[in-house]
Amino acid sequence: MNIVVCVKQVPDTATERKLKSSDSTLDREAVDGLMNELDEYAVEEALRIKEAHGGEVTILTMGPSTAADTIRKALSMGADKAVHLSDDALHGSDSLQTSFAIQQVLGRTGFDLVILGSESTDARTGVLAAMLAERLGVSQVTLANKVEIDGSTIRIQRQTDYGFDRVEASLPAVVSVVEKINEPRYPSFKGIMAAKKKPVDAPSLADLGIDAAQVGLAGSATTVVDFAEAPPRAKGQIVTDEGDGGSKIADFLASKKFV
Amino acid sequence: MPADRVPPSEEAAELLALTREIVAAELAPRAAEAEENSAFPRDVFRLLGRSGLLGLPYPESCGGGGQPYEVYLQVLEEVASAWASVAVGMSVHTLACYPLHAFGTDKQKQRLPEMLGGELLGGYALSETDAGSDAGALKTRAVRDGDGYVITGSKAWITHGGEADFYVLFARTADTGTSGISCLLTDGRLAGLTAGTPERKMGLTGSTTASLHFDGARVPDEWLLGAEGQGFPIALSALDSGRLGIAACAVGLAQAALDEAVAYALQREQFGSPLIEFQGLAFLLADMAAAVESARCTYLDAARRKDRGLPFARQASIAKLVATDAAMKVTTDAVQVLGGNGYTRDYPVERYMREAKVMQIFEGTNQIQRMVIARHLARDAAK
Ligand SMILES: Cc1cc2nc3c(=O)[nH]c(=O)nc-3n(C[C@H](O)[C@H](O)[C@H](O)COP(=O)(O)OP(=O)(O)OC[C@H]3O[C@@H](n4cnc5c(N)ncnc54)[C@H](O)[C@@H]3O)c2cc1C
Ligand SMILES: Cc1cc2nc3c(=O)[nH]c(=O)nc-3n(C[C@H](O)[C@H](O)[C@H](O)COP(=O)(O)OP(=O)(O)OC[C@H]3O[C@@H](n4cnc5c(N)ncnc54)[C@H](O)[C@@H]3O)c2cc1C
Repeated sequence: MNIVVCVKQVPDTATERKLKSSDSTLDREAVDGLMNELDEYAVEEALRIKEAHGGEVTILTMGPSTAADTIRKALSMGADKAVHLSDDALHGSDSLQTSFAIQQVLGRTGFDLVILGSESTDARTGVLAAMLAERLGVSQVTLANKVEIDGSTIRIQRQTDYGFDRVEASLPAVVSVVEKINEPRYPSFKGIMAAKKKPVDAPSLADLGIDAAQVGLAGSATTVVDFAEAPPRAKGQIVTDEGDGGSKIADFLASKKFV
Repeated sequence: MPADRVPPSEEAAELLALTREIVAAELAPRAAEAEENSAFPRDVFRLLGRSGLLGLPYPESCGGGGQPYEVYLQVLEEVASAWASVAVGMSVHTLACYPLHAFGTDKQKQRLPEMLGGELLGGYALSETDAGSDAGALKTRAVRDGDGYVITGSKAWITHGGEADFYVLFARTADTGTSGISCLLTDGRLAGLTAGTPERKMGLTGSTTASLHFDGARVPDEWLLGAEGQGFPIALSALDSGRLGIAACAVGLAQAALDEAVAYALQREQFGSPLIEFQGLAFLLADMAAAVESARCTYLDAARRKDRGLPFARQASIAKLVATDAAMKVTTDAVQVLGGNGYTRDYPVERYMREAKVMQIFEGTNQIQRMVIARHLARDAAK
């Protein structure tokens, strides 16, 4: 089975993330990048499917050259090869264009199954799986916390407020996963060494038949018009317990109408 | 502050980074509770095994990580900084694989990839109740019977006793003193092999230590390692390398105690200043740091000799002696730095102190190390 995992490099959520005032895009240079957390689950699921059913796992990343670190991590976990789509013209692409660019790469790799995280931690639109499936004209099975492959059928389970849904589709398909699905493995020492020798394909926009004007900030359908920093969090109020700490807290909660 | 290392290769740097990542996320958060409950973390060894950390100093051709001792020991040290019981377990596992790798035939060595692959855990069965420092006096018998040996007798103090998947066993095949001892590789689960109740220890409680009782257990003769009667030199040769492992564990433990003490001394104030600003205490911390770093240099020097194929037995004994004595001193002083808090189980340093003590005892007590060093001095001077 030809499995492609879409992996995004995002700024470390533990650090302070900023938008650039010049073009309202994320300042990716200022902070350490790492693999979008949900994408680790996507990679793990792909590896498990490969281990059970055979095939090959390809990592697909669109992002600046620093995203090579994230690709290497996915390869050290056990993926077989990668495609790194990197071109300054892609900078500032919105979801429509990102899904378009990824579609073009998938045309090059081919696929039976495309796996994505259900959402990134930076832009968090959570729409890429849906857009991609639409563009590719294949089924989308989203928010999976369990995936089963049975011949050319994919079955997933999705947690809902009232229980769970079971959804079935035929391959090829696009699936997005949530963190309940598995426990991602650590790369192994041998995996880290082997990753250095795994092929990373780096097609140009021309190779993919993408016109630079179709993508990037200029070609985007959406524009971030304005942004402002969140106001600093107000200082907390410390209650000193002088035997009446409990009632002071109760009074405070009552004043805020919590009790 | 983690130890500032100079890895000899980019590969080593990545291995150390992987170790730190796993240790911080999976070991450090669990250590205190598991030690409190004397819970042996078998699953942690599986995780380390899957990550390729359980066979590091053996060649890749037999399923190992192909790393020099200089690198393997620093990985061990990183693990020990988070959880000494696990690091000691790694070191014992490495020790248990040594005789097969160094003395096995090509046919026997076909078993190595499985032993180094990470799913299995090994034990090293030398000591007996009446044969501790004087291990050559061991009495457990291996009697030739058809195509195998029948084992009768008891081993004492065996790390991973009852938990291990295989043991390297030293048993008597002839009544000719140390030249009557042979080395056998046995399965962990054998008819006629039972483990005693785990010892109730002062520290290292997350590591199971138990006696092994052999009551007519059969080991096929194809699992005799080396020749009959060669067991004692094999045991000692394995211990030369094993001692380096314990030295690294001791340095990791001492580093953890130092880090804890420094962090506390920076934050705790008395007489209106952080403790670290009192010279009397700052000098104690400085001496602790000097002990940790000099001990690290000592084991690294021995390791580099081993990696270059030079004799290293004397240096290994010196490293074991220096590093474990340093760990005892540094952990004791860390309790001092934390004052009353240091003496409680709410802080890890009292546990470190209990863990350091055993490192002066096993794999040759520090008296025995001095004996070995002195023997080398006499021998080398006579040359
Ligand atoms: C502040 C801000 C606001 C934005 N608002 C909008 C908006 O309103 N509308 C809009 O269209 N765009 C918006 N964007 C742009 C958005 O960041 C990009 O379009 C991005 O490609 C969409 O990705 P996402 O992370 O939101 O995708 P999601 O759908 O949240 O990501 C889901 C999964 O898609 C995959 N994936 C996502 N990106 C990549 C990639 N580059 N390479 C490989 N796999 C990938 C991963 O598997 C990921 O887990 C905004 C960006 C910023 C910084
Ligand atoms: C937690 C733990 C784990 C262990 N794991 C293993 C294991 O996996 N495999 C294994 O085979 N063994 C293991 N051992 C056994 C360990 O190696 C022995 O305890 C050690 O060798 C000392 O032997 P002993 O306890 O019999 O002490 P003894 O030999 O009785 O020594 C008692 C004291 O006398 C001193 N002494 C003895 N002889 C001399 C001498 N000639 N000169 C000066 N002083 C001397 C010693 O230094 C010590 O201070 C373990 C022990 C412990 C506590």
